[in-house]
Amino acid sequence: MKSDIIPAIRLTIVCLIFFAGIYTIVILGFAQLAPNKGKGQIITQNGKTYYANVGQSFTNDKYFYSRPSAVAYNAAGSGGSNKGPTNPDYLKDIQSRIDTFLVHNPDIKKSDIPADIVTASGSGLDPDISVEAAKVQVKRIAKIRNIQEDDLQKLIDQQTEKPLAGLLGTKKVNVLRLNLALDNIK
Amino acid sequence: MNTEILGVILMYAMVVVLAIPLGRYIGKVFINEKTWLDKILNPVDKLFYKLSGINPDNEMNWKQHLVALLTLNLVWFLFGMFVLMNMTWLPFNPDNNPSMSPDLAFNTSISFICNTNLQHYSGETGISYLGQLVLILFQFISAGTGIAITAVVFFAMKEKTTHKLGNFYFLFVRSCTRILFPISLIVAILLVFNGTPMTFEGKDMITNLQGDTVRVSRGPVAAFVAIKHLGTNGGGFFGANSAHPLENPNYFTNAIEIITQMLIPIAMVFALGYVLKRRKLAWVIFGVMTIGFLMLLIPTLVTEMKGNPTITKMGISQTMGSMEGKEVRFGTAASAYWSIATTVISTGSINSMHDSYMPISGMNQMLGMMVNCFYGGVGVGFLNFYIFIILAVFISGLMVGRTPEFLGKKIEAKEMKIAMIIALLHPLLILVSTAISSYLYAHNPTLYAGWLNNPGYHGYSEMLYEFTSSSANNGSGFEGLGDNTLFWNISCGIVMILARYLPIIGPVAIAGILANKKYIPESAGTLKTDTATFGLMVFAVIAILAALAFFPALTLGPIAEFFSIK
Repeated sequence: MKSDIIPAIRLTIVCLIFFAGIYTIVILGFAQLAPNKGKGQIITQNGKTYYANVGQSFTNDKYFYSRPSAVAYNAAGSGGSNKGPTNPDYLKDIQSRIDTFLVHNPDIKKSDIPADIVTASGSGLDPDISVEAAKVQVKRIAKIRNIQEDDLQKLIDQQTEKPLAGLLGTKKVNVLRLNLALDNIK
Repeated sequence: MNTEILGVILMYAMVVVLAIPLGRYIGKVFINEKTWLDKILNPVDKLFYKLSGINPDNEMNWKQHLVALLTLNLVWFLFGMFVLMNMTWLPFNPDNNPSMSPDLAFNTSISFICNTNLQHYSGETGISYLGQLVLILFQFISAGTGIAITAVVFFAMKEKTTHKLGNFYFLFVRSCTRILFPISLIVAILLVFNGTPMTFEGKDMITNLQGDTVRVSRGPVAAFVAIKHLGTNGGGFFGANSAHPLENPNYFTNAIEIITQMLIPIAMVFALGYVLKRRKLAWVIFGVMTIGFLMLLIPTLVTEMKGNPTITKMGISQTMGSMEGKEVRFGTAASAYWSIATTVISTGSINSMHDSYMPISGMNQMLGMMVNCFYGGVGVGFLNFYIFIILAVFISGLMVGRTPEFLGKKIEAKEMKIAMIIALLHPLLILVSTAISSYLYAHNPTLYAGWLNNPGYHGYSEMLYEFTSSSANNGSGFEGLGDNTLFWNISCGIVMILARYLPIIGPVAIAGILANKKYIPESAGTLKTDTATFGLMVFAVIAILAALAFFPALTLGPIAEFFSIK
């Protein structure tokens, strides 16, 4: 044991320099070639910048809503609701979210509401909603903004991101990009 | 076919396709055969030995290996405690995050050197960038420890009679520089170019489209996330782990991360086949592991994609499946797949919140950790499987009335005693600690009200999951548990230490003792271990041990919750 202590300490220092130091610096070097120098992908519109991948809170009726969030889309932190599937309080919350959604979208059928728009994401920062969740909001936004429903449907189709290589995973809409495009219409 | 299911199938196929050649490469690294990275890495390794004052040619017996391993880990633990408790005045802390309390630092330091990465803090607010760098170091070296010590067991399984089993430092350094380092580098670069941040700047302030001001956490994320998966560590840079859109920005990065975490555990099985020149044995082991994995995966996929039946009753559309705690860019299938992969392997990173899964899915996640050897963590997963092989050899030997032998070495009372102690340790740690916490909560629900985020059966599952995760050195959680308290930090810390080092010491001791025994050549009376029959036997031993030990505990939690759904 005694004869192992000194090599152990020296080996730890060498590993620290190599794996925490050199490894990180090499990747940091590559990051300088990446989009926005590895500081996170951004979108700029009207002189304002936003993080493309970090979801934002959209609660105003004139925008497409984003999903409910356990951290209110404050990206200083992150996290889900961690509510179990049979928790009675949680189920009450879902019911009240459905009711609220119907109040704000009186022209739709309840069975058209997709689950993602009334459930919280894992990170609380989900940037996307499903295509159904965008389409179910068309009637409301058309009325408030005085835009043809067809134009909004087209906008959603343009903003829909296909599954990876057209084959793998989900179809989705980035809410921020959709709303930025929506602001550009008028 | 459904694009979500197709994605899952392709992600699994990719792992196996990559793991077979990687296994051969790992085998070459262990027995010091030539590889194409030698030119670059031979000088690097020599520098490691020279600066550390190590003689890599000095062969060790199994006891010397364990002493070297434990001494090294002790140094890391003390170093980790020091950094985590002094982050306020140390450099690289742009957000002025506080130092950890002694109990939290104890838990975190152990958690990362044990390859568990249970996190009772949130990355955004609980640790500085220096702390994150030290954790990057720990993720490399804890994984390297697991790989190196498994190589020792591989050597001990060879036919010759010997007590010399290679040099621990030699195996450790090579595992880190030749296996973990190059692959991590590639993965990190892929992640950076797909939107994972890599910067030392602190939190950014932005005004969002609706006009609210929010802060956005960043950091050296890509470097961290690559090794977190490759080493089956699993600790998140951010609180939400790989559900966070900066840690895992899209479906492609999700595929990279899930493939990376399953890679080495599967490759290790093929490395065994290469080192021992017993390919068929490797395929039998891989087959048993895969069947176990699929038996947990398929019911989980089906359950999650069906959605929460209580929410279906409210009259909305659940075509996407159960979306609470899941991200739209991954969908339910890729999330459910990840949740089982991360629990059978001891990664414990998450891309969706396990606490919000359906009861049966939650049970399968726990079963993955309770068995802890369907692939298992880097290196140690195989060690757990080795224990089950020894048990299966012994039981089959008794059934056919022969002296139990494994690879030409007689298994006798001493080895069996060690194997039984290790096999029973895991249930003992999980059940006793869950019993204590349940007792405390049940007798003082107001004092401990902050512990549980959910009432009833699910609340109990949160405690059971936490200790299962600690004992399996997994690190995922039912994160509703309010776990940054003195009780949880200390108790989980103790469980993690025992569950890491005893299941390393046990198999190494058995293998070391067996290596010293006389080799008996194969004859007509030998029990063949590379057959499907023997594979079935091992599977039965695993199923019976896990089912018998954990069934009552699971009945009180997820099974009761399942039957309570009206």
